[in-house]
Amino acid sequence: MQDVAAQVSQFVDLQLWHVIYLVFVGFVGGLVSGFIGSGGAFVLTPSMMSMGVPGIIAVASNMRHKFPKALVGAIKRAKFGHVDVKLGIIMGLSAEAGVFVGASVQQYVKQTLGDTGSSLYVSTALIIVLATVGTYVLLDAFKSMKLDRMGKAKEAEEEKPTRIALALRKIHIPGTMIYFKSINDRISFLITVPLGFATGFLAATIAVGGFIGVPSMIYLLGVPSLISSGTELVIAFLMGTIGTFKYAWHGFVDIRLAMLILLGSLFGVQLGAIGTTYVKGYMIKFVMGVIMLIILVSRATVVPVYLAQLGWISALSPQMVSLLKNVSFGINLLGLFVAAFIIFKNLIKGIYQEKRYRAHELAYKEGKIKG
Amino acid sequence: MADAVKKKPVGKAVIFGLLSTILYYLLITKQDLYMPYFSKGEIYSLLIIGTAFIFSYVHGNFTDYFWKVLGIEPKKKREGR
Repeated sequence: MQDVAAQVSQFVDLQLWHVIYLVFVGFVGGLVSGFIGSGGAFVLTPSMMSMGVPGIIAVASNMRHKFPKALVGAIKRAKFGHVDVKLGIIMGLSAEAGVFVGASVQQYVKQTLGDTGSSLYVSTALIIVLATVGTYVLLDAFKSMKLDRMGKAKEAEEEKPTRIALALRKIHIPGTMIYFKSINDRISFLITVPLGFATGFLAATIAVGGFIGVPSMIYLLGVPSLISSGTELVIAFLMGTIGTFKYAWHGFVDIRLAMLILLGSLFGVQLGAIGTTYVKGYMIKFVMGVIMLIILVSRATVVPVYLAQLGWISALSPQMVSLLKNVSFGINLLGLFVAAFIIFKNLIKGIYQEKRYRAHELAYKEGKIKG
Repeated sequence: MADAVKKKPVGKAVIFGLLSTILYYLLITKQDLYMPYFSKGEIYSLLIIGTAFIFSYVHGNFTDYFWKVLGIEPKKKREGR
Protein backbone atom coordinates (compact mmCIF):
# COMPACT_ATOMS: atom_id res chain seq x y z
CA MET A 1 0.00 0.00 0.00
CA GLN A 2 2.83 2.38 0.84
CA ASP A 3 4.33 2.45 -2.60
CA VAL A 4 0.88 3.10 -4.01
CA ALA A 5 0.67 6.21 -1.86
CA ALA A 6 4.12 7.24 -3.04
CA GLN A 7 3.09 6.85 -6.64
CA VAL A 8 -0.04 8.92 -6.19
CA SER A 9 2.00 11.74 -4.70
CA GLN A 10 4.17 11.64 -7.84
CA PHE A 11 1.21 12.93 -9.81
CA VAL A 12 1.32 16.72 -9.79
CA ASP A 13 -1.46 19.04 -8.70
CA LEU A 14 -3.12 20.43 -11.77
CA GLN A 15 -3.36 24.21 -12.09
CA LEU A 16 -5.76 25.96 -14.43
CA TRP A 17 -3.01 27.16 -16.78
CA HIS A 18 -1.69 23.59 -16.98
CA VAL A 19 -5.12 22.47 -18.13
CA ILE A 20 -5.48 25.22 -20.74
CA TYR A 21 -1.96 24.66 -22.00
CA LEU A 22 -2.39 20.87 -22.32
CA VAL A 23 -5.68 21.23 -24.15
CA PHE A 24 -4.17 23.76 -26.54
CA VAL A 25 -0.96 21.87 -27.31
CA GLY A 26 -3.07 18.71 -27.58
CA PHE A 27 -5.20 20.39 -30.24
CA VAL A 28 -2.23 21.45 -32.35
CA GLY A 29 -0.54 18.07 -31.89
CA GLY A 30 -3.76 16.31 -32.88
CA LEU A 31 -4.11 18.47 -35.96
CA VAL A 32 -0.66 17.43 -37.14
CA SER A 33 -1.24 13.73 -36.31
CA GLY A 34 -4.52 13.64 -38.17
CA PHE A 35 -2.68 14.99 -41.17
CA ILE A 36 0.69 13.22 -41.27
CA GLY A 37 -0.10 10.21 -39.07
CA SER A 38 2.04 11.07 -36.08
CA GLY A 39 3.59 13.96 -34.21
CA GLY A 40 2.82 16.03 -31.19
CA ALA A 41 4.75 13.81 -28.79
CA PHE A 42 7.93 15.79 -29.23
CA VAL A 43 6.25 18.87 -27.76
CA LEU A 44 3.83 17.26 -25.31
CA THR A 45 6.35 15.18 -23.38
CA PRO A 46 8.78 18.05 -22.67
CA SER A 47 5.80 20.33 -21.91
CA MET A 48 4.55 18.01 -19.19
CA MET A 49 8.04 17.66 -17.77
CA SER A 50 8.34 21.44 -17.53
CA MET A 51 5.17 21.40 -15.39
CA GLY A 52 7.04 19.21 -12.93
CA VAL A 53 5.68 15.88 -14.12
CA PRO A 54 8.40 13.21 -13.74
CA GLY A 55 9.84 12.02 -17.06
CA ILE A 56 8.46 8.51 -16.98
CA ILE A 57 4.92 9.71 -16.16
CA ALA A 58 5.11 12.28 -18.95
CA VAL A 59 6.14 9.61 -21.45
CA ALA A 60 3.50 7.16 -20.17
CA SER A 61 0.70 9.73 -20.18
CA ASN A 62 1.61 10.84 -23.67
CA MET A 63 1.50 7.22 -24.82
CA ARG A 64 -1.81 6.89 -23.06
CA HIS A 65 -3.47 9.74 -24.95
CA LYS A 66 -1.96 8.61 -28.24
CA PHE A 67 -3.95 5.43 -28.75
CA PRO A 68 -7.49 6.85 -28.46
CA LYS A 69 -6.37 9.74 -30.65
CA ALA A 70 -4.92 7.38 -33.24
CA LEU A 71 -8.08 5.28 -33.10
CA VAL A 72 -10.38 8.24 -33.76
CA GLY A 73 -8.04 9.50 -36.48
CA ALA A 74 -7.77 6.08 -38.13
CA ILE A 75 -11.56 5.61 -38.23
CA LYS A 76 -11.99 9.04 -39.79
CA ARG A 77 -9.23 8.50 -42.35
CA ALA A 78 -10.62 5.04 -43.18
CA LYS A 79 -13.87 6.73 -44.26
CA PHE A 80 -11.83 8.66 -46.83
CA GLY A 81 -10.18 5.44 -48.05
CA HIS A 82 -6.80 6.42 -46.60
CA VAL A 83 -6.17 3.31 -44.52
CA ASP A 84 -4.75 -0.07 -45.45
CA VAL A 85 -5.83 -2.00 -42.37
CA LYS A 86 -3.95 -5.20 -43.22
CA LEU A 87 -0.68 -3.35 -43.78
CA GLY A 88 -1.26 -1.33 -40.59
CA ILE A 89 -1.79 -4.42 -38.46
CA ILE A 90 1.23 -6.28 -39.84
CA MET A 91 3.45 -3.20 -39.48
CA GLY A 92 1.95 -2.45 -36.05
CA LEU A 93 2.66 -5.88 -34.62
CA SER A 94 6.24 -5.89 -35.90
CA ALA A 95 6.58 -2.36 -34.53
CA GLU A 96 5.73 -3.79 -31.12
CA ALA A 97 8.82 -6.02 -31.32
CA GLY A 98 10.82 -2.92 -32.30
CA VAL A 99 9.51 -1.04 -29.27
CA PHE A 100 10.59 -3.90 -27.03
CA VAL A 101 14.15 -4.03 -28.41
CA GLY A 102 14.40 -0.23 -28.62
CA ALA A 103 13.42 0.11 -24.96
CA SER A 104 16.01 -2.52 -23.93
CA VAL A 105 18.76 -0.71 -25.83
CA GLN A 106 17.66 2.52 -24.16
CA GLN A 107 17.88 0.82 -20.76
CA TYR A 108 21.35 -0.52 -21.54
CA VAL A 109 22.64 2.91 -22.60
CA LYS A 110 21.20 4.43 -19.44
CA GLN A 111 22.96 1.87 -17.26
CA THR A 112 26.34 2.31 -18.92
CA LEU A 113 26.37 6.05 -19.65
CA GLY A 114 23.79 7.42 -17.18
CA ASP A 115 20.95 9.88 -17.83
CA THR A 116 23.03 12.33 -19.83
CA GLY A 117 24.45 9.56 -22.00
CA SER A 118 20.98 8.32 -22.70
CA SER A 119 19.83 11.83 -23.68
CA LEU A 120 22.83 12.10 -25.98
CA TYR A 121 22.00 8.73 -27.52
CA VAL A 122 18.41 9.81 -28.15
CA SER A 123 19.53 13.13 -29.64
CA THR A 124 22.07 11.48 -31.92
CA ALA A 125 19.55 8.94 -33.20
CA LEU A 126 17.06 11.74 -33.75
CA ILE A 127 19.54 13.95 -35.60
CA ILE A 128 20.69 11.18 -37.94
CA VAL A 129 17.15 10.05 -38.80
CA LEU A 130 15.72 13.55 -39.15
CA ALA A 131 18.62 14.88 -41.22
CA THR A 132 18.64 12.06 -43.75
CA VAL A 133 14.95 11.17 -44.01
CA GLY A 134 13.72 14.74 -43.49
CA THR A 135 15.90 16.18 -46.26
CA TYR A 136 14.93 13.41 -48.67
CA VAL A 137 11.19 13.77 -48.00
CA LEU A 138 11.31 17.56 -48.33
CA LEU A 139 13.30 17.50 -51.59
CA ASP A 140 10.83 15.00 -53.00
CA ALA A 141 7.92 17.25 -52.00
CA PHE A 142 9.59 20.22 -53.72
CA LYS A 143 10.00 18.19 -56.89
CA SER A 144 6.25 17.44 -57.01
CA MET A 145 5.39 21.05 -56.18
CA LYS A 146 7.51 22.24 -59.09
CA LEU A 147 5.72 19.86 -61.44
CA ASP A 148 2.39 21.12 -60.13
CA ARG A 149 3.39 24.73 -60.68
CA MET A 150 4.56 23.96 -64.20
CA GLY A 151 1.03 22.85 -64.95
CA LYS A 152 1.77 19.16 -64.84
CA ALA A 153 -0.69 18.61 -62.01
CA LYS A 154 -1.38 15.06 -63.04
CA GLU A 155 2.25 14.04 -62.87
CA ALA A 156 2.65 15.76 -59.52
CA GLU A 157 -0.37 14.03 -58.08
CA GLU A 158 0.32 10.64 -59.49
CA GLU A 159 2.76 8.96 -57.19
CA LYS A 160 4.74 6.34 -58.96
CA PRO A 161 6.36 3.72 -56.78
CA THR A 162 10.12 4.23 -56.51
CA ARG A 163 12.56 1.90 -58.23
CA ILE A 164 13.43 0.35 -54.89
CA ALA A 165 9.75 -0.35 -54.22
CA LEU A 166 9.36 -2.03 -57.60
CA ALA A 167 12.48 -4.12 -57.02
CA LEU A 168 11.31 -5.17 -53.55
CA ARG A 169 7.97 -6.29 -54.96
CA LYS A 170 9.76 -8.53 -57.43
CA ILE A 171 11.39 -10.52 -54.64
CA HIS A 172 9.25 -13.58 -54.43
CA ILE A 173 9.63 -15.65 -51.28
CA PRO A 174 7.17 -18.57 -51.37
CA GLY A 175 4.74 -18.73 -48.50
CA THR A 176 5.39 -15.18 -47.35
CA MET A 177 3.69 -13.16 -50.08
CA ILE A 178 0.75 -11.00 -48.96
CA TYR A 179 -1.54 -8.91 -51.11
CA PHE A 180 -1.96 -5.28 -50.04
CA LYS A 181 -4.74 -3.26 -51.58
CA SER A 182 -2.93 0.06 -51.13
CA ILE A 183 -0.26 -0.98 -53.64
CA ASN A 184 -2.46 -3.41 -55.54
CA ASP A 185 0.36 -5.92 -55.51
CA ARG A 186 1.88 -8.66 -53.44
CA ILE A 187 4.91 -8.18 -51.26
CA SER A 188 6.68 -10.53 -48.86
CA PHE A 189 5.97 -9.89 -45.21
CA LEU A 190 9.67 -10.54 -44.62
CA ILE A 191 10.13 -7.09 -46.18
CA THR A 192 7.41 -5.27 -44.24
CA VAL A 193 8.42 -6.73 -40.86
CA PRO A 194 11.83 -4.96 -40.67
CA LEU A 195 10.13 -1.69 -41.61
CA GLY A 196 7.61 -2.10 -38.80
CA PHE A 197 10.43 -3.08 -36.48
CA ALA A 198 12.38 0.08 -37.34
CA THR A 199 9.25 2.18 -36.76
CA GLY A 200 8.80 0.69 -33.30
CA PHE A 201 12.48 0.96 -32.47
CA LEU A 202 12.40 4.65 -33.34
CA ALA A 203 9.17 5.17 -31.42
CA ALA A 204 10.76 3.69 -28.30
CA THR A 205 13.85 5.84 -28.79
CA ILE A 206 12.57 9.26 -29.87
CA ALA A 207 8.80 8.92 -29.27
CA VAL A 208 7.82 9.53 -32.92
CA GLY A 209 7.95 6.31 -34.93
CA GLY A 210 6.06 7.84 -37.83
CA PHE A 211 9.18 9.62 -39.04
CA ILE A 212 10.40 6.20 -40.19
CA GLY A 213 7.06 4.47 -40.68
CA VAL A 214 5.49 6.89 -43.16
CA PRO A 215 8.55 7.49 -45.40
CA SER A 216 9.35 3.77 -45.46
CA MET A 217 5.83 2.94 -46.63
CA ILE A 218 6.03 5.66 -49.31
CA TYR A 219 9.50 5.01 -50.66
CA LEU A 220 10.18 1.33 -49.93
CA LEU A 221 6.73 -0.17 -50.42
CA GLY A 222 5.35 2.36 -52.88
CA VAL A 223 2.21 3.17 -50.86
CA PRO A 224 0.69 6.57 -51.82
CA SER A 225 1.44 9.33 -49.26
CA LEU A 226 -2.16 9.83 -48.16
CA ILE A 227 -2.61 6.12 -47.46
CA SER A 228 0.77 5.93 -45.71
CA SER A 229 -0.11 8.67 -43.26
CA GLY A 230 -3.56 7.15 -42.64
CA THR A 231 -2.12 3.68 -42.12
CA GLU A 232 0.46 5.08 -39.71
CA LEU A 233 -2.47 5.88 -37.39
CA VAL A 234 -3.29 2.15 -37.21
CA ILE A 235 0.33 1.41 -36.32
CA ALA A 236 0.27 4.19 -33.70
CA PHE A 237 -2.95 2.80 -32.26
CA LEU A 238 -1.49 -0.70 -31.83
CA MET A 239 1.78 0.56 -30.37
CA GLY A 240 -0.07 2.98 -28.12
CA THR A 241 -2.48 0.39 -26.73
CA ILE A 242 0.16 -2.18 -25.86
CA GLY A 243 2.54 0.53 -24.61
CA THR A 244 -0.13 2.06 -22.39
CA PHE A 245 -0.94 -1.30 -20.90
CA LYS A 246 2.71 -1.83 -20.06
CA TYR A 247 3.11 1.54 -18.37
CA ALA A 248 -0.29 1.38 -16.66
CA TRP A 249 0.56 -2.04 -15.28
CA HIS A 250 3.33 -0.37 -13.27
CA GLY A 251 1.06 2.52 -12.25
CA PHE A 252 2.82 5.21 -14.27
CA VAL A 253 -0.14 6.59 -16.20
CA ASP A 254 -1.72 9.83 -15.01
CA ILE A 255 -5.18 9.54 -16.48
CA ARG A 256 -6.01 13.20 -15.87
CA LEU A 257 -3.07 14.44 -17.94
CA ALA A 258 -3.82 11.96 -20.72
CA MET A 259 -7.53 12.82 -20.91
CA LEU A 260 -6.88 16.55 -20.87
CA ILE A 261 -4.53 16.28 -23.83
CA LEU A 262 -7.17 14.13 -25.50
CA LEU A 263 -9.77 16.87 -24.95
CA GLY A 264 -7.94 19.11 -27.39
CA SER A 265 -6.32 16.50 -29.58
CA LEU A 266 -9.59 14.88 -30.74
CA PHE A 267 -10.75 18.24 -32.09
CA GLY A 268 -7.40 18.52 -33.83
CA VAL A 269 -7.23 15.00 -35.21
CA GLN A 270 -10.66 15.32 -36.85
CA LEU A 271 -9.71 18.61 -38.44
CA GLY A 272 -6.32 17.29 -39.61
CA ALA A 273 -8.00 14.26 -41.16
CA ILE A 274 -10.53 16.47 -42.97
CA GLY A 275 -7.58 18.54 -44.19
CA THR A 276 -6.07 15.56 -46.00
CA THR A 277 -9.09 15.34 -48.32
CA TYR A 278 -8.27 18.78 -49.75
CA VAL A 279 -4.59 18.31 -50.49
CA LYS A 280 -2.44 16.41 -52.93
CA GLY A 281 -0.17 13.64 -51.66
CA TYR A 282 2.97 15.75 -51.73
CA MET A 283 1.58 18.11 -49.07
CA ILE A 284 1.91 15.24 -46.58
CA LYS A 285 5.57 14.92 -47.52
CA PHE A 286 6.04 18.69 -47.35
CA VAL A 287 4.57 19.08 -43.85
CA MET A 288 6.44 16.04 -42.60
CA GLY A 289 9.77 17.20 -44.04
CA VAL A 290 9.37 20.69 -42.59
CA ILE A 291 8.57 19.36 -39.11
CA MET A 292 11.47 16.92 -39.21
CA LEU A 293 14.02 19.56 -40.14
CA ILE A 294 12.77 22.06 -37.53
CA ILE A 295 12.98 19.43 -34.79
CA LEU A 296 16.44 18.57 -36.04
CA VAL A 297 17.57 22.15 -35.35
CA SER A 298 15.89 22.06 -31.96
CA ARG A 299 17.71 18.88 -30.94
CA ALA A 300 21.04 19.97 -32.27
CA THR A 301 20.80 23.05 -30.00
CA VAL A 302 20.92 21.00 -26.80
CA VAL A 303 23.65 18.56 -27.82
CA PRO A 304 26.45 20.76 -26.35
CA VAL A 305 24.67 20.57 -22.97
CA TYR A 306 24.90 16.78 -22.92
CA LEU A 307 28.48 16.76 -24.22
CA ALA A 308 29.51 19.16 -21.44
CA GLN A 309 27.74 17.07 -18.79
CA LEU A 310 29.61 14.00 -19.96
CA GLY A 311 32.86 15.96 -19.78
CA TRP A 312 33.56 15.54 -23.47
CA ILE A 313 33.76 19.32 -23.99
CA SER A 314 34.47 22.11 -21.45
CA ALA A 315 31.71 22.91 -18.97
CA LEU A 316 28.94 25.39 -19.82
CA SER A 317 27.61 28.02 -17.41
CA PRO A 318 24.20 27.24 -15.85
CA GLN A 319 22.69 30.27 -17.63
CA MET A 320 23.95 28.94 -20.94
CA VAL A 321 22.47 25.50 -20.22
CA SER A 322 19.02 26.86 -19.42
CA LEU A 323 19.19 29.24 -22.39
CA LEU A 324 19.99 26.39 -24.80
CA LYS A 325 17.24 24.23 -23.34
CA ASN A 326 14.65 27.00 -23.62
CA VAL A 327 15.67 27.84 -27.16
CA SER A 328 15.42 24.17 -28.09
CA PHE A 329 11.92 23.88 -26.63
CA GLY A 330 10.89 27.10 -28.36
CA ILE A 331 12.05 25.76 -31.73
CA ASN A 332 10.08 22.54 -31.08
CA LEU A 333 6.95 24.55 -30.47
CA LEU A 334 7.66 26.63 -33.56
CA GLY A 335 7.89 23.45 -35.65
CA LEU A 336 4.47 22.34 -34.50
CA PHE A 337 2.94 25.74 -35.23
CA VAL A 338 4.49 26.04 -38.67
CA ALA A 339 2.99 22.63 -39.52
CA ALA A 340 -0.38 23.64 -38.10
CA PHE A 341 -0.27 26.85 -40.13
CA ILE A 342 0.36 24.99 -43.40
CA ILE A 343 -2.49 22.56 -42.65
CA PHE A 344 -4.91 25.38 -41.75
CA LYS A 345 -4.01 27.33 -44.85
CA ASN A 346 -4.73 24.34 -47.08
CA LEU A 347 -7.91 23.50 -45.21
CA ILE A 348 -9.37 26.99 -45.47
CA LYS A 349 -8.41 27.31 -49.13
CA GLY A 350 -9.92 23.89 -49.86
CA ILE A 351 -13.18 24.59 -48.03
CA TYR A 352 -13.70 27.88 -49.87
CA GLN A 353 -13.10 26.22 -53.21
CA GLU A 354 -15.48 23.42 -52.28
CA LYS A 355 -18.21 25.88 -51.23
CA ARG A 356 -17.88 27.77 -54.47
CA TYR A 357 -18.01 24.54 -56.42
CA ARG A 358 -21.09 23.33 -54.56
CA ALA A 359 -22.85 26.64 -55.22
CA HIS A 360 -22.06 26.23 -58.92
CA GLU A 361 -23.37 22.67 -58.87
CA LEU A 362 -26.57 23.78 -57.21
CA ALA A 363 -27.09 26.67 -59.63
CA TYR A 364 -26.46 24.30 -62.52
CA LYS A 365 -29.01 21.79 -61.22
CA GLU A 366 -31.66 24.46 -60.61
CA GLY A 367 -31.06 25.88 -64.05
CA LYS A 368 -31.57 22.44 -65.52
CA ILE A 369 -34.88 21.91 -63.71
CA LYS A 370 -36.22 25.28 -64.82
CA GLY A 371 -34.98 24.77 -68.34
CA MET B 1 -28.67 27.46 -50.13
CA ALA B 2 -26.24 24.56 -49.92
CA ASP B 3 -26.93 24.35 -46.19
CA ALA B 4 -30.60 23.81 -46.74
CA VAL B 5 -29.91 20.69 -48.80
CA LYS B 6 -28.06 18.91 -46.04
CA LYS B 7 -29.32 18.90 -42.46
CA LYS B 8 -26.71 19.59 -39.83
CA PRO B 9 -26.46 17.18 -36.89
CA VAL B 10 -27.02 19.85 -34.25
CA GLY B 11 -28.96 17.55 -31.91
CA LYS B 12 -26.31 14.86 -31.93
CA ALA B 13 -23.56 17.41 -31.39
CA VAL B 14 -25.39 18.77 -28.34
CA ILE B 15 -26.02 15.31 -26.85
CA PHE B 16 -22.43 14.13 -27.26
CA GLY B 17 -21.19 17.53 -26.13
CA LEU B 18 -23.16 17.22 -22.91
CA LEU B 19 -21.97 13.67 -22.31
CA SER B 20 -18.40 14.75 -22.94
CA THR B 21 -18.76 17.66 -20.52
CA ILE B 22 -20.10 15.31 -17.85
CA LEU B 23 -17.16 12.92 -18.33
CA TYR B 24 -14.63 15.75 -18.03
CA TYR B 25 -16.47 17.23 -15.05
CA LEU B 26 -16.22 13.88 -13.25
CA LEU B 27 -12.57 13.53 -14.25
CA ILE B 28 -11.63 16.86 -12.68
CA THR B 29 -13.90 16.91 -9.61
CA LYS B 30 -13.84 13.27 -8.51
CA GLN B 31 -10.06 12.79 -8.51
CA ASP B 32 -10.01 11.56 -4.89
CA LEU B 33 -12.54 8.92 -5.74
CA TYR B 34 -10.82 7.21 -8.64
CA MET B 35 -7.11 8.04 -8.32
CA PRO B 36 -6.37 5.39 -5.65
CA TYR B 37 -7.61 2.67 -8.01
CA PHE B 38 -6.22 4.09 -11.24
CA SER B 39 -2.68 4.35 -9.92
CA LYS B 40 -2.65 0.83 -8.47
CA GLY B 41 -1.34 -0.70 -11.68
CA GLU B 42 -1.45 -4.38 -12.58
CA ILE B 43 -4.95 -5.64 -13.30
CA TYR B 44 -6.36 -2.18 -12.49
CA SER B 45 -4.70 -0.91 -15.65
CA LEU B 46 -7.68 -2.35 -17.50
CA LEU B 47 -9.70 0.46 -15.90
CA ILE B 48 -7.41 2.98 -17.57
CA ILE B 49 -7.70 1.33 -20.98
CA GLY B 50 -11.49 1.09 -20.60
CA THR B 51 -11.79 4.75 -19.63
CA ALA B 52 -9.77 5.68 -22.69
CA PHE B 53 -12.21 3.88 -24.96
CA ILE B 54 -15.23 5.53 -23.34
CA PHE B 55 -13.64 8.98 -23.68
CA SER B 56 -12.60 8.39 -27.26
CA TYR B 57 -16.08 7.18 -28.22
CA VAL B 58 -17.99 10.03 -26.61
CA HIS B 59 -15.54 12.84 -27.20
CA GLY B 60 -14.61 11.50 -30.64
CA ASN B 61 -18.25 11.63 -31.73
CA PHE B 62 -18.69 15.06 -30.23
CA THR B 63 -15.69 16.53 -32.07
CA ASP B 64 -16.86 14.87 -35.30
CA TYR B 65 -20.35 16.44 -35.09
CA PHE B 66 -18.88 19.70 -33.82
CA TRP B 67 -16.94 20.33 -37.05
CA LYS B 68 -19.89 19.14 -39.14
CA VAL B 69 -22.17 21.68 -37.47
CA LEU B 70 -19.60 24.39 -38.18
CA GLY B 71 -19.69 23.35 -41.82
CA ILE B 72 -16.12 22.05 -41.95
CA GLU B 73 -16.49 18.89 -43.96
CA PRO B 74 -14.27 16.72 -46.13
CA LYS B 75 -14.15 17.25 -49.85
CA LYS B 76 -16.83 15.38 -51.71
CA LYS B 77 -15.54 12.81 -54.16
CA ARG B 78 -16.64 13.62 -57.70
CA GLU B 79 -16.02 11.86 -60.91
CA GLY B 80 -13.61 13.46 -63.29
CA ARG B 81 -12.33 15.96 -60.78
